[in-house]
Amino acid sequence: MEMIHSEKLVYEYDKRDEEGNVIGTNRAIDGVDIDVAPGSFVAVLGHNGSGKSTLAKHMNAILVPTGGTIWVDGKDTKDPAELWNVRQTAGMVFQNPDNQIIGTVVEEDVGFGPENLGVPTDEIWKRVEDSLRSVGMLEYRKASPNKLSGGQKQRVAIAGVIAMEPKCIVLDEPTAMLDPNGRREVIQAVEKLREEKNVTVILITHYMEEVIDADQVFVMDDGHIVMHGTPREIFSRVDELKVYRMDVPQVTMLAEELRKRGLDLPRGILRREELVEALCRLR
Amino acid sequence: MIRDITIGQYYPAESPIHRLDPRVKIVCTLLFLISLFIQNSLLGYVIATLFLGCVIHFSKVPVKYIAKGLKPIVILLLFTVVMNLLLTRGGETLVHFGIITITENGLRTSVFMAIRLIYLVAGSSIMTFTTTPNGLTDGLEKLLHPLNRLNVPVHEVAMIMSIALRFIPILLEETDKIMKAQMARGADFESGNIIQRAKAMIPILVPLFISAFRRANDLAMAMEARCYHGGEGRTKMKPLRYKGRDKMAYIFTLIYIVVIFMVGRFVPFKLWVF
Ligand SMILES: Nc1ncnc2c1ncn2[C@@H]1O[C@H](COP(=O)(O)OP(=O)(O)OP(=O)(O)O)[C@@H](O)[C@H]1O
Ligand SMILES: [Mg+2]
Repeated sequence: MEMIHSEKLVYEYDKRDEEGNVIGTNRAIDGVDIDVAPGSFVAVLGHNGSGKSTLAKHMNAILVPTGGTIWVDGKDTKDPAELWNVRQTAGMVFQNPDNQIIGTVVEEDVGFGPENLGVPTDEIWKRVEDSLRSVGMLEYRKASPNKLSGGQKQRVAIAGVIAMEPKCIVLDEPTAMLDPNGRREVIQAVEKLREEKNVTVILITHYMEEVIDADQVFVMDDGHIVMHGTPREIFSRVDELKVYRMDVPQVTMLAEELRKRGLDLPRGILRREELVEALCRLR
Repeated sequence: MIRDITIGQYYPAESPIHRLDPRVKIVCTLLFLISLFIQNSLLGYVIATLFLGCVIHFSKVPVKYIAKGLKPIVILLLFTVVMNLLLTRGGETLVHFGIITITENGLRTSVFMAIRLIYLVAGSSIMTFTTTPNGLTDGLEKLLHPLNRLNVPVHEVAMIMSIALRFIPILLEETDKIMKAQMARGADFESGNIIQRAKAMIPILVPLFISAFRRANDLAMAMEARCYHGGEGRTKMKPLRYKGRDKMAYIFTLIYIVVIFMVGRFVPFKLWVF
């Protein structure tokens, strides 16, 4: 069974005037079909306002589709009886690290999710320790979140989701507000989780470098999924990406420019080593 | 400057006071606050000082840190002292100069009032310094649990309080940032009369409120995403159970209260050594 499966998903935000009366609708997602296999790593790219966050919120039943259906681990998110199941199955990490930490001590924040699930006390402690260790934040368990760096806060937020033992975790631009160091920390933590716990990861991001290890990439534009494939496939379509106002990784860009100047390089080079190797082979 | 406000913040440390059950700390803090008002003698204040000193010592919170928390009440403190000093009549006149008359009673009341206020803030900040906001709200929730039967939403109120406490430092930092941003645009918060200054605050308050609402919205979403659905069916990571040391603390505070009460009752008011 697919971890996440949607059919003709549509979501419309109400447009309101000054007094709050509904004056129309704004279609943020328009007929999205998406399939995510269990245990895979899926990246979603797209320009600002393309509907990525709206899509992410559907995977956690924060938003319920106005049209079509989305199933999370086989559960229809429209079904109120499955609401808490869906939210436990698909954990969510948001962009702003300050606005998603509820506890005033790191370990209490990580325990918040399991507390809500009604997990017994001993088990909560075990889960908190385990998830803090897996994101490398165990030594900060007694610290105040306000004293942590952005990257550390995001790792705590990830631990908070992991402690609920989800099958799938959705990260909505978790690195957007971080410096390069914080970004690396967070991405490494996510990679480690994938290896250790085999959770499905759905990463929404603006940074192309974070996408190259993904199994699948979806590119969104104006509420539609406009491109879909492996990173190599996606990034070999440089011109098409430009139409959707997307960048490609620097190395890919360089290889593409060189190719245009007549060098015989393959398409879709993603890593520096690949480029070096391909260049060496030319001689 | 605005980050100096320390009231309501947790001070992480390993101390016997930190380890006490939050309920003990809430109840004992209340008792201590009451104790400040049921007596009015030098001896009483000496005992209260000893008690507070003991607690501060065991809590391992630096005195400097507590003193910093007193800063915001300095104006209130000065105001009370001056008012009491000038307006209380009775007893010997110590100073008489034009319209200013300071009497013995005035001096005594103002000194005691100042001590009371300081102890009030110090006493309650010891509670918040040594208890995590989660602990505090858990304690309150449990103490007030009987009110549930009167349809008071105890859990919700407790949750609101704990979140408010968590966001105080964040919002203060934000205020600081907005102030600096407005100052960089030429805003002037220091000069002018009170009305002008109040008007100058508007460009700070509007963005602050907008951002606070946005944060509230985000946080509510993050809480829902983590399956928060009120107090029902919720377990606790740190459930409250009284231990031996909690009983000891209750007994200690009770003895203190009884002693203070006795002092207030039977030791003559006039133990005022000059
Ligand atoms: N709460 C809301 N009310 C009304 N319209 C909204 C709301 N949230 C988003 N929208 C609209 O829906 C569309 C998609 O927004 P969404 O936040 O999903 O985009 P996004 O791809 O996540 O963008 P970004 O990269 O900026 O995060 C946008 O046109 C936006 O204006
Ligand atoms: Mg977004």
